[in-house]
Amino acid sequence: MFKGADRKSTINDRASPQVSNHGTLLYPYRLNFYDTPPMYDVTVEEFEIYALDRLRILAEIESSRARQRSWEELKAVTSTQCTKYLPLNATSATSVDRDSERRKDHLGHFVLRLAFCRSEELRRRFVEAELTLFKVRYESDGYSERESFLSSRNFNWIPLKYRTELFGSYQGPKSEPERMESFESERFYKVKWSRVPDLVQKRKVFLKGGWAYVPGREQSSIVFQEFQVQLEKALEVTARSLPRLDEDTRIIPILNNLSQGFLAGVPSDWGVAGREAMGDDIKAEMVDELAQKHFPLCMRTLHENLRKDHHLKHFGRLQYGLFLKVLGLPIEEAILFWRRSFSRITDDKFNKEYKYNIRHSYGLEGKRANYAAKSKSLHLDLLIMGAHIGIIQ
Amino acid sequence: MSGMDDSSPASPEVMLTFYRRLYPFKSIFNWLNHEHTPTRLFTHREFAFTLQGDVYLRYNSFATADELKKLVCQLNPTRFEIGPIYTTRPKDKKTVRAGAFNAVQRELVFDIDMTDYDPIRTCCSGADICNRCWAFISAAVHVIDQGIREQFGYEHLLWVYSGRRGIHLWISDKEAMELTDDQRKAIVGWMTVIHGGKESSKKLSIRLNSRSLPPSLKSALDHLAAIFSDLILADQNCFGSEEGYETLLQQVPDSRIVGDLRKKWQKDPTRSSEDKWMDLKEEIKKMDKGTPQRVALTLALEDIIFNYTYPRLDAEVSKHRNHLLKAPFCVHPKTGRVCVPVDPERIDEFKPDRVPTVGQLLRELDTVGKAEGEVEEHHSDWEKTSLKPYVDMLDKHALRLMDEVRRSKREMVDTSW
Repeated sequence: MFKGADRKSTINDRASPQVSNHGTLLYPYRLNFYDTPPMYDVTVEEFEIYALDRLRILAEIESSRARQRSWEELKAVTSTQCTKYLPLNATSATSVDRDSERRKDHLGHFVLRLAFCRSEELRRRFVEAELTLFKVRYESDGYSERESFLSSRNFNWIPLKYRTELFGSYQGPKSEPERMESFESERFYKVKWSRVPDLVQKRKVFLKGGWAYVPGREQSSIVFQEFQVQLEKALEVTARSLPRLDEDTRIIPILNNLSQGFLAGVPSDWGVAGREAMGDDIKAEMVDELAQKHFPLCMRTLHENLRKDHHLKHFGRLQYGLFLKVLGLPIEEAILFWRRSFSRITDDKFNKEYKYNIRHSYGLEGKRANYAAKSKSLHLDLLIMGAHIGIIQ
Repeated sequence: MSGMDDSSPASPEVMLTFYRRLYPFKSIFNWLNHEHTPTRLFTHREFAFTLQGDVYLRYNSFATADELKKLVCQLNPTRFEIGPIYTTRPKDKKTVRAGAFNAVQRELVFDIDMTDYDPIRTCCSGADICNRCWAFISAAVHVIDQGIREQFGYEHLLWVYSGRRGIHLWISDKEAMELTDDQRKAIVGWMTVIHGGKESSKKLSIRLNSRSLPPSLKSALDHLAAIFSDLILADQNCFGSEEGYETLLQQVPDSRIVGDLRKKWQKDPTRSSEDKWMDLKEEIKKMDKGTPQRVALTLALEDIIFNYTYPRLDAEVSKHRNHLLKAPFCVHPKTGRVCVPVDPERIDEFKPDRVPTVGQLLRELDTVGKAEGEVEEHHSDWEKTSLKPYVDMLDKHALRLMDEVRRSKREMVDTSW
């Protein structure tokens, strides 16, 4: 099977300038697959702070998804957050203490693994956010640095020169001669098709006998898929061995705090610094706290049910949604709030089935009426009708 | 092959006799289990029963084929379904915590149902099926069977008639059994050309930014083009009616040609689909070679062929490991026909109305019994009926699977030295 050494020779074909100071760094690459856990002493303080800083970034990624930012926007926002809380400079930035940056990245990741391995739901969200962060970094990595990172791992791909049968499935420049030309300089990687499901789904590769022939420009798909699969596996292993950690009274409370924070979507910018900078508008993240302190009983019950079931039925949504609107929750925040609350459904389902209604109640769809919040008596009507809404309980 | 008169739903008594004397439990066991001694592939497998009166029992599992037979005879279901292999025995589901009960393996399955062809077939609709519309299914089987074998490299494919208007495919290769839901979704994406719904004129997503078809679809197209002229033009006469040719015209991206053809066809309602297809081709030939318009129209012709003949998959069935699918050799409650395996090589000769019904099989048994003067019941009485060739087919398929498992085990022992 293919080994790292072969791969290095293919890189030298391209005569890429090699970075010279690898040897001096503990963490030679900016990118990290997090294969090895941190095997050194860590203070409790570091443990918590590093994790919190990383969590800010992951929460921002999640909220970018919920707000449906484009990939470019997401990348910009994430990079800004990263510079603030978790800077990670290129290896060529010799004036910076790269090792300590990378150590923070490494440690933070592993602490969060502990916090987020406990339920299926948490694992899924953690993997999604971490994968996105990895993609952002992968794209912003310099070419030669990325290449040497890739050659440091064995991805089990078989590099091939082009073969004529691959041309039919080759995309590239629109004009035929240009496509031919770029095809001939393209490198292909042969992997089991099941390692690049995203490319197979879109018919972007050539398939034969269970092998996918991946063109160089889609190589990242293999890397991302590998990252995801490894992390999923690792989280399951961690989840199984976590009970052995239970006797440590210093760490468990921190972990509990971290995972709860992530669940409620608290630690994005608002949670820490933003409170006074905010105007009068309510943010999606504030609803939890407001509900506990200030909401009337019926609304609080609705809110608690929403948190408990990750869902509310139609009249419950209508009633609670209008209440939030009158309270001053802007439409973008409302969509974000509901998206996060319905954490068990896919983005697709949310957009198809719920977003319209939310926008409708803000007068942005349909007859564009500005609905008022329902009064108490109306709640009672609904109660008599037997709808499942807050005041029943 | 006599007695095709009986197509009435099967009564409970008939079903019970069928399960006791005819249903090939042993063959089903071998096929699901891949070995002679029960493994997790069987013991941790979910079976779901539909009882008389639409009672649905999920999460049953069995240690042996005999145990399965015993419960089937006791419950006498109208049909039963086969689900995935779970981390724990499905019958012990309640004893483990929620997170620890997961589907881990499952045959990769596909379902093609005639109802998805309603927008294009002209001979029947809904639940009906005739030998003429079976041609759609047989075109689909050709494409899927070849695609799965050549592109994905799977070998253990079992096609099963669903008893009324569709066909199922079960793929039992080890690798296919272990696919995750995401990977299953990817295969479905690769195989899907027509994205469901009623809008048959909707654009197909088969070309990427280059004009040429991906190789997998190109090889399918050669086969489909032949079927198109036989099935769509000659047999189904899909563009005969006004509604039919309007649907065709919607897919032609040139308003001048559309206008001309519409006038021509309105004037002469007797023009057949073949004539109309020729008319369209003639119009395109009139254009200068190499112009973008002509290229676009030529591509549109290919798209039309795909639209009318490419397999229409019920995608949801394939995407999730925990989807249940009716077991082979069950009896379709409405037609009484047995869900028998189908040889993809001879799919064109397959006639749904020749498939034995449960009533017919029991009559055959009676005849045999009288002739031999027997009173006692036997377990593999299917050998004496027209069910035999179908059970043989499943046995042969299971044998190939078991051979492969034995071979790979031997290799494992070899390398461990």
